[in-house]
Amino acid sequence: MQLPDQETSLPARRAASRKRAPRRTGTDHAPRPNAWYLIPALLFFLAFAVVPLILVVVLSFSSWPGFGDVEWSGLDNWERLWNDGRVWDSTRITLQLTVLTWVTQTPMAIGIGVWAAGTQRNRAFLSSIFFLPLLLSSAAIAVLFHRFLDPNYGMASDLGPPLGFPDGNILGTSHGAFIVIVFVSGWQWIPFHSLLYQAAARNVPTVLYDAATIDGANRWNMFWQITLPQLRYTVVTSSVIMIVGSLITFETVLLLTGGGPGGATRILPYLMYSAGFESFEMGYAAAIATVLVVVATTISLIIVKFSGFAKMRSTLEGM
Amino acid sequence: MAQHSSPTARPNWIAGGLSTIWLIIIGVPIISMIVWGLTTERAFRDAGPLAIPTVWTFDNVTEIIDRGFLGYYWNTAIITVASIALSLVLALPAAYAIVRSRSWLASASFRMFLLGLAIPAQAVIIPLYLIITEMGLYDTLIAVILPTVAFTLPLVILILSGALRDVPRDVYEAMTLDGAGSFRMLVNAVIPIARGSISAVCIFVGLNAWNSFIFPLIFIRSEENTVVTLGLRQFQQEFAVDIPGLMMAVLISAIPVFLLYLFARRWLIAGLAGAGGR
Repeated sequence: MQLPDQETSLPARRAASRKRAPRRTGTDHAPRPNAWYLIPALLFFLAFAVVPLILVVVLSFSSWPGFGDVEWSGLDNWERLWNDGRVWDSTRITLQLTVLTWVTQTPMAIGIGVWAAGTQRNRAFLSSIFFLPLLLSSAAIAVLFHRFLDPNYGMASDLGPPLGFPDGNILGTSHGAFIVIVFVSGWQWIPFHSLLYQAAARNVPTVLYDAATIDGANRWNMFWQITLPQLRYTVVTSSVIMIVGSLITFETVLLLTGGGPGGATRILPYLMYSAGFESFEMGYAAAIATVLVVVATTISLIIVKFSGFAKMRSTLEGM
Repeated sequence: MAQHSSPTARPNWIAGGLSTIWLIIIGVPIISMIVWGLTTERAFRDAGPLAIPTVWTFDNVTEIIDRGFLGYYWNTAIITVASIALSLVLALPAAYAIVRSRSWLASASFRMFLLGLAIPAQAVIIPLYLIITEMGLYDTLIAVILPTVAFTLPLVILILSGALRDVPRDVYEAMTLDGAGSFRMLVNAVIPIARGSISAVCIFVGLNAWNSFIFPLIFIRSEENTVVTLGLRQFQQEFAVDIPGLMMAVLISAIPVFLLYLFARRWLIAGLAGAGGR
């Protein structure tokens, strides 16, 4: 994690960087902590994160209504899942949402981040406004836009017609509701990714731009030839966070569209939630959750494979 | 766009235009929220969403408090403080052991926490529900605190062990000469040196707990244990027409984070950078 340290200029940091070189050689004879320092955190994490992850697979072979005993049901849930059109639809919608999120958020975040790293007049003031969505929770943002887009009271009746929704009921059409989810998660998350790009763009050595200016490069060339290549690690970091995050856009969907209309925004986490906590078919919901874990892991692995993003260390460097 | 170090100080019209559009996209919902929250339901309905209201009032604040919002606030505050405290109690010694211990357990658990970063909290709510109900913790604030801490723990340990690696070895050597044990080293030397990262971690955990929605949604049922984010959802359903009341509730829900933004922007951003990685 580079960011907190970069942001601080604590004596510790300076002391640490001075000591960095000799740190790894030799050994000291100071007393070392024993395993008991580690065991509470370890047991806690096992109990509330690792065991649940195993249990989710186990429960997918059971039938449990959320109370009473868990009964084994073999492959029933999986057979049902395979034949359930909603699961395939949800997987497709989830992947579409993920792709569209990346395609819209990445260019905007790079643009805003690079702009905010600059020295223009009013930049500090404007960027403090740009980052305001970061202060609101997902729930607050979803509630805000739900009312904002309410066809009776909100702005949708004014905004809808020019955007191609004559009755202003944007959330009532499947196309419109999907676009709204993409838009609202962009509104919420682009500021965060811009922050990452802003920090990275500030670290691009000025010499590169000076040299390019002497060579007569214009601003457009500089962006493509210098800024963007220098941001490549941040692009990977930001993309991983964005893609994994968009797989779990649960609050936005629950509060804004309720998965509707007609299942048009029913992403996998929402389908799982409604199977488990609305229909009380926990076993079936666990099977859907397993699919979610597999999809999320597969996508992460693909990114790791194709970007050389092999260690968490790189993510932290990207920040 | 990359004009920040370009000596040519020509105005960049494209960037300027795009940033104006983005300003409108960000500004209009936020300004509307504030303006709507400060008018009355009646004035809002008469004037419509686009007009500047003629009646300004803080009555919505009283109304929200009458509906029990302070109680939700109190619960959220307890969850936030308890999550921060529990995270530090668990993660500081663990990070210390990961950095300083020579045992296989330390490196094995570090790898486990790294992999743990990838577990999506949403995917395990069903087994968590089973575990929490079996523990008899359903509909308690503890039911929210435990998983919130568990799912922030990997990144917290990662950040803290990164910071603790930077503690110079001389510090340990010097304290050994003073006859300090490993616990005194943690408390008297390591924690003060790592306080920057500890602050960032506190804000990261605090933001996660304050904004947490899915765990309260699953584990909390009763009114007296409701938290702010769930309260917003309830208001969304109850305040069918009272948009000003709802907007004021949204505004109030963000006040603590807004104060951080004003007075501790650096730490907020450090905490957010972690929160986005979750």
